[in-house]
Amino acid sequence: MKSRQDRLIAIAMIAPSLVLLAVFVYGFIGQTLFVSMSDWGRGAALAVNPELSFVGLDNFRELFTGFLDVRFRQDLVNMLAFSVLFVGGCLLVGLLLATLLEQGVRGEGFFRTVFLFPMSLSFIVTGTIWRWMLQPRGGVNVLPTLVGLPRIEFAWLTSRDQVWQWNWQDVPVILGVLAALACVVMAGRWWLAGGRKRAVAAGALAAAALAWTFTAATEIEVLPFPEYHGFNLALAGVVVAAVWQMSGYTMALFLAGLRGIPDELREAARVDGCSWWQLYRYVELPLLKPIIWSAVIILGHIALKSFDLVFVMAGPDNAATSVPAVSMYLTAFRGNQFAKGAAIAVVLLALVSVLIVPYLVSTFRSRGAE
Amino acid sequence: MAVRSVRWTRFLLYAALVLLAAAYLLPLYMTIATSLKAPADIRLDTVWEFPRELSWESYAVAWERFAPQLRNSFILAVSATILSTVMGSMNGYVLSKWRFRGSEVIFPLILFGMFIPYQSTLIPLFQFLRSTGLYGGLPGLVLVHTVYGLPITTLIFRNFYAQVPNELLESASLDGAGFFGIYGRVMLPLSVPGFVVTVIWQFTQIWNEFLWAVTLTRPQAQPITVALANLAGGQAVQWNLPMAGSVLAAIPTVLIYIFLGRYFMRGLLAGSLKG
Repeated sequence: MKSRQDRLIAIAMIAPSLVLLAVFVYGFIGQTLFVSMSDWGRGAALAVNPELSFVGLDNFRELFTGFLDVRFRQDLVNMLAFSVLFVGGCLLVGLLLATLLEQGVRGEGFFRTVFLFPMSLSFIVTGTIWRWMLQPRGGVNVLPTLVGLPRIEFAWLTSRDQVWQWNWQDVPVILGVLAALACVVMAGRWWLAGGRKRAVAAGALAAAALAWTFTAATEIEVLPFPEYHGFNLALAGVVVAAVWQMSGYTMALFLAGLRGIPDELREAARVDGCSWWQLYRYVELPLLKPIIWSAVIILGHIALKSFDLVFVMAGPDNAATSVPAVSMYLTAFRGNQFAKGAAIAVVLLALVSVLIVPYLVSTFRSRGAE
Repeated sequence: MAVRSVRWTRFLLYAALVLLAAAYLLPLYMTIATSLKAPADIRLDTVWEFPRELSWESYAVAWERFAPQLRNSFILAVSATILSTVMGSMNGYVLSKWRFRGSEVIFPLILFGMFIPYQSTLIPLFQFLRSTGLYGGLPGLVLVHTVYGLPITTLIFRNFYAQVPNELLESASLDGAGFFGIYGRVMLPLSVPGFVVTVIWQFTQIWNEFLWAVTLTRPQAQPITVALANLAGGQAVQWNLPMAGSVLAAIPTVLIYIFLGRYFMRGLLAGSLKG
């Protein structure tokens, strides 16, 4: 049927793309890994072809525990807080919008267009506009005065106040407790599903994690001095702008999901005497679960990578509101510290991979089974 | 009683939707209002008032200032969109209809390329472009956007072509069509919507991109996003100009979205592997 020659042509036609991607994605990632374990920008000169020497994990050790790299640690905290607020905000607003539009409203197309148009903008445009909206004495802050209310006094993008502060020295203990909690959750789920042996094993792991946390982990000296990090309130403005731009995306996902629920299911629930709320809470929301998960993963990885919006709204040189993606750019391309910049990039890649690789694997495993 | 409560909930529903829509449109109103004011009329206590006299001066200045960068963005977006779409179409055709040993493993490996933080390839990319003499200019940027655009274009076309029934291919093949014959006679005529989705998606993404634009270009080749960020990032800005610039930078993608929003949505859903 398909001739041998045609099969060869097919492979020849896709080969250029495969070679390009192999080099630009995997080859370059490998090279970044290598640079992150070198001293380029430190000992090595700023030549075009500098002589690099291998320094192992030194750059990473400095980022996480070095005296000078306090900014990177604040970046990580900012990024995690931003991610949680951004993803949570998009899910809630998107769900609200989709639920309202699902009630069979007139002019649905108009409303959908309004909620979605920010998606077509560049983050740079969004950031520029919102920077103007969030001026301390203008924009959003004076909006209440139009209806006679007092002005809002909040320095959206310039605030230096931090909330939820904690000590970086506690990182091992925090990680230990989180690991123990994760094990407990797994144990509980397996127990309910009837996998007693697995549940007991997970429980034992949780106990071990806790034991380690309160003995060995307290002994680890991450830093010789306490160092406090928290969520910087100036990021609140960036979260607002990001949710404005991306909530239409979750709305579209949820709307597609709600439309996919067969009407017979709703009819059956109504015949059984379900109220609107019961139908929503016990039939529709559970069916949206897989969509919620994929939204969390897609938005989560966008949040981890966020660069443009922070760059243009808070400014790249604003250490209080920085994120790793911005610091990587500054460290490597303005500070010429390529090795450390590469190390930040590797940390970012690792975080994104934790989200994306299981998602890709599960997507293709289920497709293969179809 | 029941009728009345239904009416009330309908009223509340529309009230909520209108309020939310107004909130989403506020930044747009503010942008346009500010961009149409004369610089002297922009005062913080009257920011929400629409200008009494429209001043188009900001647009004239912004156009003069941003025309070269808009041109760069246009050349960049059009070239990289065409290249990545054509290559993606070919890849999708091979991966859906000419599967070979290992092609099922290669596909997720290709897709991984659209999720990575591009910082993780930026330093070698920078070195590579410098050593090939492509650094700083539009051709280098076109290459970068084309290559990193391949995962999403391949994905859209593969899923699109997977729906084409194999019987069509077989009958064309019985008529003597080979690899290119089937592509030209069967696939291409069917793939207009696929091309529309991909072209719209790629154009929007490339037009809006910032990281490569700011790291890999010299001033003469700067796309509009960099110019706008530079203008808005300075201290003591006159806000009429960044607002007019934002409108100019937003017009192409917003127009695409308004007229071809349906296809834009399909690209969006494909990007989350749900299309």
